[in-house]
Amino acid sequence: MGGLALGCLGIAAAHATTLTIATVNNPDMLQMQKLSPQFTKETGIKLNWVVLPENTLRQRVTTDIATNSGNFDIVTVGSYEVPIWGKAGWLAPVKNLPANYDAKDLFPTVRKGLSYKGTLYALPFYAESSATYYRKDLFKAAGIAMPAHPTYTEIAKFAAKINDPSKGIYGMCLRGLPGWGENMAFFTTLVNTFGGRWFNMKWQPRIDSPAWKKAANFYVNLEKKYGPPNVTSNGFTENLALFSQGKCGMWIDSTVAAGTLWDPKTSKVANEVGMVSAPVAVTPHGAHWLWAWALAMPKTSRHKAADMKFLEWATSKAYLKLVGNTFGWVQVPPGTRISTYSNPDYIKAAPFASKVKEAILSADPNNPTLKKVPYTGVQFVAIPQFEGIGTEVGQQLAAALAGQKSVDAALAQAQNATARTMKEAGYH
Amino acid sequence: MSQSTSATITPSGSDATQRRQVRTLPLLLPAVILLLLWSILPLLQTILYSFQHYNLMEPPAAYNGGLNYTYLFTDSSTWTAIWNSVVLVAGVLAASIVFGTLIALLLNNDFPGRNIARLMAIAPFFVMSPVAALIWKNLLLDPVSGLAGWLMTLIGLKPIAWFSVYPMLSIVIIYSWRWIPFATLILLTALQSLDTDQLEAARMDGAKGLARLRYIVLPHLGRPISIVVMLESIFMLSAFAVIYTTTNGGPGDATTTLTYMIFIRALNDFSIGSASAAGVFAIVLANILAFFLIRAVSRTLQA
Amino acid sequence: MKSSLASRVVLGLLAWAAAFIMFFPILWMLVTAFKTEGQAIAIPPLLIFAPTLRSFFDATQNAGYLLFALNSVIVSVGATVLAIAIAFPAAYALAFFPGKRTEFTLMWMLSTKMLPAVGVLMPIYLFLKNVHLLDTRLGLVAIDTLMNLPIVVWMLYSFFKDIPHEILEAARVDGVGPRQQMIHLLLPLAGPGVASTALLSVILAWNEAFWSINVTASHAGTLAAYIARFSAPEGLFWAKLSAASVLAVAPILVFGSLTQRRLVRGLTFGAVK
Repeated sequence: MGGLALGCLGIAAAHATTLTIATVNNPDMLQMQKLSPQFTKETGIKLNWVVLPENTLRQRVTTDIATNSGNFDIVTVGSYEVPIWGKAGWLAPVKNLPANYDAKDLFPTVRKGLSYKGTLYALPFYAESSATYYRKDLFKAAGIAMPAHPTYTEIAKFAAKINDPSKGIYGMCLRGLPGWGENMAFFTTLVNTFGGRWFNMKWQPRIDSPAWKKAANFYVNLEKKYGPPNVTSNGFTENLALFSQGKCGMWIDSTVAAGTLWDPKTSKVANEVGMVSAPVAVTPHGAHWLWAWALAMPKTSRHKAADMKFLEWATSKAYLKLVGNTFGWVQVPPGTRISTYSNPDYIKAAPFASKVKEAILSADPNNPTLKKVPYTGVQFVAIPQFEGIGTEVGQQLAAALAGQKSVDAALAQAQNATARTMKEAGYH
Repeated sequence: MSQSTSATITPSGSDATQRRQVRTLPLLLPAVILLLLWSILPLLQTILYSFQHYNLMEPPAAYNGGLNYTYLFTDSSTWTAIWNSVVLVAGVLAASIVFGTLIALLLNNDFPGRNIARLMAIAPFFVMSPVAALIWKNLLLDPVSGLAGWLMTLIGLKPIAWFSVYPMLSIVIIYSWRWIPFATLILLTALQSLDTDQLEAARMDGAKGLARLRYIVLPHLGRPISIVVMLESIFMLSAFAVIYTTTNGGPGDATTTLTYMIFIRALNDFSIGSASAAGVFAIVLANILAFFLIRAVSRTLQA
Repeated sequence: MKSSLASRVVLGLLAWAAAFIMFFPILWMLVTAFKTEGQAIAIPPLLIFAPTLRSFFDATQNAGYLLFALNSVIVSVGATVLAIAIAFPAAYALAFFPGKRTEFTLMWMLSTKMLPAVGVLMPIYLFLKNVHLLDTRLGLVAIDTLMNLPIVVWMLYSFFKDIPHEILEAARVDGVGPRQQMIHLLLPLAGPGVASTALLSVILAWNEAFWSINVTASHAGTLAAYIARFSAPEGLFWAKLSAASVLAVAPILVFGSLTQRRLVRGLTFGAVK
């Protein structure tokens, strides 16, 4: 379609370059695909989209770059991959952004998450943190008030008060689906705020530490008592469905859920949703996570100049405005530019905007824990082995939650498996 | 065999066989060479990798002796993976043969709408694995919004989180759903080629339905059943898509089969070296199994 | 059959029950495809609702469904044609000139399918990259051909074995060469068997997912790759998933149902007796 436009209009700009973009299947990307004819019109560059689920995407792109295959010109990457791939030299650094791009407008924490040793390797088009959602009506009926910055102790008490399975209301919905980006994303923030960490400065895993045990016991007990049945099948999507259907009293998860929860078309409880910060325990460090999706150029791309044009276009203020005007301001991709959060149109459409801004600004990937750590990343550890480790530990945690083994046994196994992996990988 | 007086008559003896072999070689060659390359070359490469510490994220690769194999054999999850593979294959085979036979017997009768019923019973085989997995996982077995959960509440039971509580069973159910129709098809075909004269004769001799079933029908099915066993074993040993789409090998390693374990190492950990070691191990095991399986099956085939 | 009416009715009902149970997930998928996302996750499940095409629309926009479908057709048919072309002479040789090594050859061929694809992904990927066949239909056709070849050889072999070799023997004695024998005699005789082998090969290639996802990017993906993107999107997705699934399996379902007679009839002449 772009090619036809190019031919008909006879744009002088280009030899028709075509860029292949590998991306994930989320609403913001779908919008970008819909708006890409606009880009083609402006620059004459055609776009080919390859859409894959997140895991598969990561695998395909890794294979592609590692074998120098050059199938993809632009790749969608997350905060997890960028430091790793930047370090491995797989991504071309993002340099020489024009002044009117206003790179300072990008959230500093997001920028940090997309850099390695100070060099930026990707431009963000989406960012999220985590927050606590709760049902204002249930809280009112139980005579309790939700503070702006709750603690986990308070949360446990609240859950007990509003839990009512006979009416189909579960006090506390949390992720239980095993996966480094599913249950472990949440659980890592729990460990962080309880004062724990994944590895000490010598890269030895600390999964059997008191902080981990406390966090794990808290999580398992909370969900056993006040969680929905079958928690270990519930990831983000399932909990979103549960809360939207009115089955959850509280839910701690991504800030991106707000859009769906506040929309009467998709949520039965749209008028009763409240949103506050994610809870803290011992320390505020790492209590809520930071995740960004960004666009990057593999070093194997042969069209880097054209790539940069797209990267800048898709993450610019103009693009955000385009989305706002075309799809409505509530659909604007969140969490990337500070200026979005001072935009009156956006604030009007997204009543939760200020909370999201606050959360993202305070989630520092370089400082995620109470004690010092050799890694970056709030709800993950930016090393290649973490996908495997995180998923393995997530499986163990799910097994404990499902009652298949004790918390201590699960943590011990997780610790052993992780120590093995780190040894095999040569960390010590 | 009629003898011809033409000069091209095949002389008897080993000379004839030799001439035949020579002539048949070029016919066989393309298939054999291609399969040889397809199976040997990647295998050789994989063996090479298995002796290296090769992680996609940290090139270049370096030889590390048999370290990958050491880690492989001292890891308890390896043996769990083998066990899971066995359970999966055995489970699907059992379900296919039992239900395949039953459904084939039922469909073999004459009843109104038989052709449509047959079509419906065969249809699952045409559905690709990822689709089958997603349909079962979300629409049917999802504990909150799935159909099975709702049906259970109707009869007063609590919905089960199938993939958390009975992960392997769930995987076996999904694969069986796809492969029972395959067995049904093959067995039904065999039933329809059953010599009705024999059956009639037995019936007239007073043999009851069940006896006829046991002494005539089932033995006749021996050969197609062995074919089903062979083909399904082959496919189920390398089964992957359903596990990938539903449980990702979990919870824990409850549904991590040997194939899935290789996948995790290769594309999750990007540790090509250890994935290759596991791959070599899997191939050795599969070939041992193939040897026995094929020996057993081909005996019935020659019969 | 002169069995009592009652037992015939019962058996007939049982047969229908079995068929319905097996088909039910597909039916449910079809029904869900016409719902909205909100309706799709409703409990109790909605049986009466206003059907909509919205989910089909959502599933196909930006998705390039037609390209994937076209690729599926090309790759399945291509791999099947190629596999049969290579397997035909091989099966002919094995069936009509049996020797000591026949059984071994057949079994070895089948054993090559026991290689878990994932273990050889890297070598194959690198090879394809070096011959510039990554993300090409030709590359996929090559792989699917090799994956199906053992089964195709084996099925053709089984069908050929049931053809009386006197016919071919007579022809050979009359001076007809192997190629003539194969094309003019064997092909017509084994027609149904070849057809049903071809059908099975098409179905297997159509449903092949692992390679389709891993060695393609934007040009050569088949419907299996198309479906993959729906396995873990964000937000509510059941109706879209159902719609996408219907679009992905409908062609082969229809194809299978039209040719199922042939598949059954063909198998009758062949591997089962």
